[in-house]
Amino acid sequence: MANFSKSNVPQFSVEVYQNEFLPEGGREVNAIVTVTSTGGGTTGGTPLAGSAPAYGPGQAPDAAVVLMVDCSGSMDYPPTKMRNARDATAAAIDTLREGTRFAVVAGTHVAKDVYPGNGRLAVADAQTKAQAKGALRNLSAGGGTAIGTWLRLADRLLGAADVGIRHGILLTDGRNEHEAPEDLRAALDSCAGRFTCDARGVGTDWEVKEVTGIAAALLGTADIVADPAGLAADFTRMMENAMGKEVADVALRLWTPVGVEIRFVKQVAPTVADLTGRRTEANPRAGDYPTGSWGDESRDYHVCVLVPEAGIGQEMLAARVSLILPDPSGAGAPQTLSHGLVRAVWTDDMVASTSINPQVAHYTGQAELAQVIQQGLDARKSGDFDGATAKLGRAVQLASASGNQDTAKLLSKVVDVVDAATGTVRLKAKVAEADEMTLETRSTKTVRVKK
Amino acid sequence: MKMSQSHQQPALSKCPGCEEPLDAGDLFCGACGYDLSAVPARPDDRPTMAITVPPAAGAVRWPAAAGTGSSDVPAPVQHPADLPVTDSGGRPPAEPEHGQEPVGGPEAGPVPVRHDDRAEPGGAADSGDFALAAPDPRTAEHTASPATAPAHGAKVCVACRSGRVDPDGYCENCGHAQPRERDHMEQELDAVAAVSDRGLRHHRNEDSFAVSSTALPDGSPAVVAIVCDGVSSASRPDEASAAAASAANEALLESLPRGTHPQAAMHEAIVAASEAVNALAQEPAGAMEHDAHRHQNAPACTLVGAVMAGGLLVVGWVGDSRVYWVPEDRAQPTARLTEDDSWAAQMVAAGLMNEAEAYADERAHAITGWLGADAYELEPHTAAFKPDRPGLVVVCTDGLWNYAESAEEMAAAVPADAHERPLHAAQVLVGHALDGGGHDNVTVALLPFAVRSQGAGSACETV
Repeated sequence: MANFSKSNVPQFSVEVYQNEFLPEGGREVNAIVTVTSTGGGTTGGTPLAGSAPAYGPGQAPDAAVVLMVDCSGSMDYPPTKMRNARDATAAAIDTLREGTRFAVVAGTHVAKDVYPGNGRLAVADAQTKAQAKGALRNLSAGGGTAIGTWLRLADRLLGAADVGIRHGILLTDGRNEHEAPEDLRAALDSCAGRFTCDARGVGTDWEVKEVTGIAAALLGTADIVADPAGLAADFTRMMENAMGKEVADVALRLWTPVGVEIRFVKQVAPTVADLTGRRTEANPRAGDYPTGSWGDESRDYHVCVLVPEAGIGQEMLAARVSLILPDPSGAGAPQTLSHGLVRAVWTDDMVASTSINPQVAHYTGQAELAQVIQQGLDARKSGDFDGATAKLGRAVQLASASGNQDTAKLLSKVVDVVDAATGTVRLKAKVAEADEMTLETRSTKTVRVKK
Repeated sequence: MKMSQSHQQPALSKCPGCEEPLDAGDLFCGACGYDLSAVPARPDDRPTMAITVPPAAGAVRWPAAAGTGSSDVPAPVQHPADLPVTDSGGRPPAEPEHGQEPVGGPEAGPVPVRHDDRAEPGGAADSGDFALAAPDPRTAEHTASPATAPAHGAKVCVACRSGRVDPDGYCENCGHAQPRERDHMEQELDAVAAVSDRGLRHHRNEDSFAVSSTALPDGSPAVVAIVCDGVSSASRPDEASAAAASAANEALLESLPRGTHPQAAMHEAIVAASEAVNALAQEPAGAMEHDAHRHQNAPACTLVGAVMAGGLLVVGWVGDSRVYWVPEDRAQPTARLTEDDSWAAQMVAAGLMNEAEAYADERAHAITGWLGADAYELEPHTAAFKPDRPGLVVVCTDGLWNYAESAEEMAAAVPADAHERPLHAAQVLVGHALDGGGHDNVTVALLPFAVRSQGAGSACETV
């Protein structure tokens, strides 16, 4: 969580962990890039001139948040769901920092801004917060679910605000049944890069891939709140997190020399998210991958490139990774916040070239963990129990070996673990739907390697 | 620093692969088929010339200088002119026992061993077939001195010739690392010349050197050469070697003009170099990404130095960088003046193994002494000699002696006119190592030693 006593000019640092040594003929270079953003508190670095409004010490950047609450008919089954959603939204509103712009959208097959209701955003203070909570009491369940319309309304509301951080919080309890999947896709595409959004599924009647897809596209988090009673705490946490964001629209820029192929670029901590396909070309040798907004936090990225072969003793720069902030006016050159180098050095020293960097090994395992959980659950759903057993067994083995205890615990609710070290498991005959959805939603959560 | 075992294997009595006894002239092992051509055979009787071992008939027989062989205790500070002058004809040294104690000799109990991080995989078989990355000194033998080889004022990539070079030293187009200043360095002064080269198989030059000249209080010249080899299994070996070389050089330039005895000055210089390298361990790694998987290891390097002053030749060392003596008259015997701080040398010195066995062991080139914060205990070795004939002092890292291990081989590699053109000779020696495969960084400093005229010697005696 952000420390508000610090300066709000974040400092970015980039650290690269790799084994740069390749054997003769070696081409693949892997690197884990750890990006850490800290609020600073000192002005040791160059301030982010022009990028963010010059706020005084102790002041946070302007932010705007739209809360999207599912009000479809299913929210009344059981009725506690709607009540809990109202309470959670109220708790989130209480967490709003004074001065933050906000709005509440009631989502059904259409979207309606229930507060302030004038097509604009309210400015958070004691009075507006009380009014918003009053408006929540009038929320009632009824109608369908068309999440694309909620997002488009949120985009309109947020787009009108002159703020640095734009964020949405979306709560749904059901499938997106009242619009075509393409409509949601199109809505996500039009909103991507315009605001970030956390998505939550409450209960067990929603579609995991829809919710995680929204969060991935809008660079937010996804999670399940199986028990509606837990909503308030979760909403409060999400809002605190949003309030901690200090700089938006940061991109990871990857420069590669001529002849270098990019195999993949993934975020690997705190969650696995493949960014490879989200590249936008910045110039002939560089592309940008979106990372959304940053507060006091640290994330890890796994970059894998193929370099042209070179002789023993040669050295080259395989990639330069930088964090950039686009010029707010869109006209000027983007600002580079920090950068790190990924190198390739060819050596005949087998000890050097065959060792695997521990960070790379760890996150390769974590990415595989997320993948085999997904594949195992898919196989289980499609009736391929042998395939599911094999994949989930491998997942148990990976989770145990890497110390990912949260995931190991979730896995143990879906399979009976015979031997974690060898990945020997049996599928449980009866699995609670909430447990399976929780595992699927949280399968991308990773643990960091101990340094 | 990297040790190539295959290039200084002593005479092969047994197959390195399977221990099968071999016959002279075997090209392959009869038992396992090991390619013995990868291991150049050596004359059988080539004991390592330990300077302190009583020389065999015809070997170099120099008068000992006072204070010789005190590896732990600095020699008493005395003016060079205070030394008793010994007749150059070979009158036995006053205290042979004192000088005969092997320098850095056998130690009771376990010895700290620092393994260098790589074992040579292929041996000579894989050398010779690679593109040259750095300017080849063999083609630059006759360039004027002093020259710091690659000029990169143009800032256009040397590999693709189209990209500009970014501030990190890589091409903005093809990404290739650009030659760095340290990849090839040359320096020549009146009485000393040095050349250092990255070699052909390493991506950076972790060797360093410093050469300088100064004057003793009596106005006579003093010449200093320091050569250091960074331990590549440690972090930032290049910084370690540079720091050690410059610290030792500065210490000598400070103490020699004050009249400190050269041997004591050398001892102090090694201590100063050690402190400089130790200090690096406290600094945060500048570019952590470059050494991320090795940054636990304190920077370390070897050091070897030679000082010519007042008719004396003083050498000092820690590690396995060496000094050779090559007389101007090649009919005269040559000698190695240093004793490696290496596992093999210790085994031999302790009488636990003969030289062939010791050097055949894979631990042979693990060094047992180095400068660095993780060194057990610094044991600077120093020795003083009083050469009675003109010759050449060869100060080098294992990147050179791997390709000319014995004193005779080294002498054969040194051009005949080395004392007249030391820089050229140093370039030729570096070329010799590159021709041999250039598996390691190569650094050599040459100091032509002229014997002072009889008059000068007499003057000393009368002071």
